[in-house]
Amino acid sequence: MLYREAGQFKATYAADQQIFPIRQDRIVMIALVVFMFAVVPAVADQYWLSAVLIPVLIFALATIGLNILTGYAGQLSLGTAAFMAVGAFAAYNLDLRVPGIPLPVVLALAGVFAAGVGAVFGLPSLRIKGFYLAVATLAAQFFIVWALVKFSWFSNDSSSGVITAQKMHLFGKVLDTPAQKYLITLAVVVLLALAAKNLMRSSTGRAFMAVRDMDVAAAVIGIPLMRTKLLAFAISSFYCGVAGALYAYAYLGTVEPEGFTLDLSFRILFMVIIGGMGSILGSFLGAAFIVLVPIGLNVSTQWLNGVLQSMLHWSLPGSLTSNLELMVFGGLIIFFLAVEPHGLARLWQIGKEKLRLWPFPH
Amino acid sequence: MLRRTKVLAGLFGLALAAATGAALAAGEQFVPLLSYRVGPYAAGGSGFFGGYIDYMNYVNMKEGGINGVKLSWEECETEYNNSRGVECYERLKKHGGGASMVQPLSTGISYSLIDRVATDKIPLVTIGYGRTDAADGSVFPWVFPMITTYWSQASDIIKYIETKAGGADKLRGKKIVHLYHDSAYGKEPIPVLEAYAKQLGFELTLIPVAHPGNEQGAQWLQIRQIKPDWVILWGWGVMNPTALKAAAKVGYPRTQIIGDWWAGSEEDVIPAGDAAKGYTAAAFNGSGANLPLVQAIKKVVYGAGKGNLEDKSRIGSVYHVRGIVSGIVTVEAIRVAQEHFGKGKVMTGEQVRWGLDHLNLTEARLKQLDADGLMPPTHVTCEDHEGSGLARFQTWDGNEWKVVSGWISPDKQMLRAMIVESANKYAKEKGITPRDCSKEG
Repeated sequence: MLYREAGQFKATYAADQQIFPIRQDRIVMIALVVFMFAVVPAVADQYWLSAVLIPVLIFALATIGLNILTGYAGQLSLGTAAFMAVGAFAAYNLDLRVPGIPLPVVLALAGVFAAGVGAVFGLPSLRIKGFYLAVATLAAQFFIVWALVKFSWFSNDSSSGVITAQKMHLFGKVLDTPAQKYLITLAVVVLLALAAKNLMRSSTGRAFMAVRDMDVAAAVIGIPLMRTKLLAFAISSFYCGVAGALYAYAYLGTVEPEGFTLDLSFRILFMVIIGGMGSILGSFLGAAFIVLVPIGLNVSTQWLNGVLQSMLHWSLPGSLTSNLELMVFGGLIIFFLAVEPHGLARLWQIGKEKLRLWPFPH
Repeated sequence: MLRRTKVLAGLFGLALAAATGAALAAGEQFVPLLSYRVGPYAAGGSGFFGGYIDYMNYVNMKEGGINGVKLSWEECETEYNNSRGVECYERLKKHGGGASMVQPLSTGISYSLIDRVATDKIPLVTIGYGRTDAADGSVFPWVFPMITTYWSQASDIIKYIETKAGGADKLRGKKIVHLYHDSAYGKEPIPVLEAYAKQLGFELTLIPVAHPGNEQGAQWLQIRQIKPDWVILWGWGVMNPTALKAAAKVGYPRTQIIGDWWAGSEEDVIPAGDAAKGYTAAAFNGSGANLPLVQAIKKVVYGAGKGNLEDKSRIGSVYHVRGIVSGIVTVEAIRVAQEHFGKGKVMTGEQVRWGLDHLNLTEARLKQLDADGLMPPTHVTCEDHEGSGLARFQTWDGNEWKVVSGWISPDKQMLRAMIVESANKYAKEKGITPRDCSKEG
């Protein structure tokens, strides 16, 4: 009823091509952004800000990065975590070695460094595809983490190879409360998500999708394959690099190269798959699903145990609940993928189409 | 569609209800447990947190808590994953009237918490792992890498080798291989070993093993060529039994292999079978079901059916006792704090830190606790957050660990200088002004 676009006429091309062509979507999106910027920092406590929202946003950014490469340009990559590590260590070294460098420049340059490394490791994509390319990017994953541990210069000769992020300064102010860290993360993520959305609607994005759908055909219609593929790697790694820098600076504070393992790469790949390949919205949904559902399950088993304890004076043993959570989480992933193989973003789209007809379906 | 929405809404509602519920009784001393019982390190995690919980249960059941204040705790599954650990910490830190202290048994998670515990004023205790230079309590007031750090351990291992060789001067010209897990953990002792190589004149060869370390043929061929007098095994997880088996295959005597304490539990040697016989590893805690405190816990806690370990044969295993040691440190620090701030009161994180800063577990005190031989005497001060540095050595005889040395003390003078240098570098990078320990009460 509410969600109906009757009476919304588009008189210009610009109106027809905007990101959210339906007025209700625009209103909801603007309201959501205002809510996230103005209301959340005021009402959310430290737990929600620094343990839930900041990681979801950072993982969403990394997922957008991988989604550009895998979802839009069709190049499978398992090196996401390594590109995040490049971003984190680049930011640390920039801050350490270039005195007085402003935070936005640090973040941007961290992304640029990651983009450069990503483009180099993207070179094999010119010859190989699919799972073979995944194996080639796997090399990036192992090589980068190895190099960061091996050459102690990267960690300023710390004996354990661990770096501690410096304080974040912006316009002479130190950003150290959870709300401030949340706001800077949110600002970066919103900005880069908007940029990604627009980029994917531009000729660059269409070139990516043409390469994804059939690279021979794309080459025939005049899309330079080398440039497009390397650009996809570079842009994707840029996003991962910025996400990695935020991961170190706004989230964990101290990071070790081993924190950026293959495990994290897989986790981000799952976010892309669960959220929906080739969807910016899906990146947010996927990141939220993978980060929040295990926490929700953990909280609910704790709660269940509390109830059992008070009613029966008996509770489930810790090893059982821990394994139960993993099993339920795995089950949920299979359930959602069985319901909609194209991910949560597609589920959302179907829901919207049904809503347009509701309450009078044909 | 409708049904699906209902299921989703129901799940969401459940999560919300749980987030708001689960309040704990007031007047209890709360300890958050960032445990891990699934994943690749579950064997260690379940033993350790089992021991930790068993000891707290023991204190509650035998003495009715600490001067009448009962201990309460809540577990949160981290899966040994840094971001899950941070989430658990943030969730539990304000539960039950505020966390007393946190012990994550994961170097990665403890690194992620260093900044957070300083703002939240909750002490972070890392026994036998974590950041070594945090032993400088003036730069790291909230971090306690207690009993022994990796650097002390490296020093202890060299000292032990010295005694086996018949004196420090006997090491000149000898060959020692450091076979390590190629990670921050394995690299940490290298500066200490290098300093010793220079000082004592032995030839040190560093051989890294890539994670997870289940293929070491090349490394052991290299070791066979070098023919070292000693091999230091600084391994982790599956790397340890693999190393022992590979050593047996190339015919390197296991008696010449000295492991660190993450290579010194039952889980590290049993999978290697006979190949592990005669292998020696460091330990900062005793083990065995016959220790008096383990016996007492078995009687009081397991007798009442409240024991945390499901597999009763693991009672008294290395990880279980390590958990008990963590429990002792927790309880004793709270006790010291209570003696200063008021007996029978619930201590805040800040007060518990005072207790940790003044924790003095002498041999006599450990005897009172039935814990002599369980852990070395430990005296923490404001400057020295390590408090001991002692380790002893145990040899696997095929069935159990046999203690083969007394407590060995590291070269504190050399280590202290290195720790202060590293901590000062950290302080400079982070813009921290070290606290003045002479002014701390």
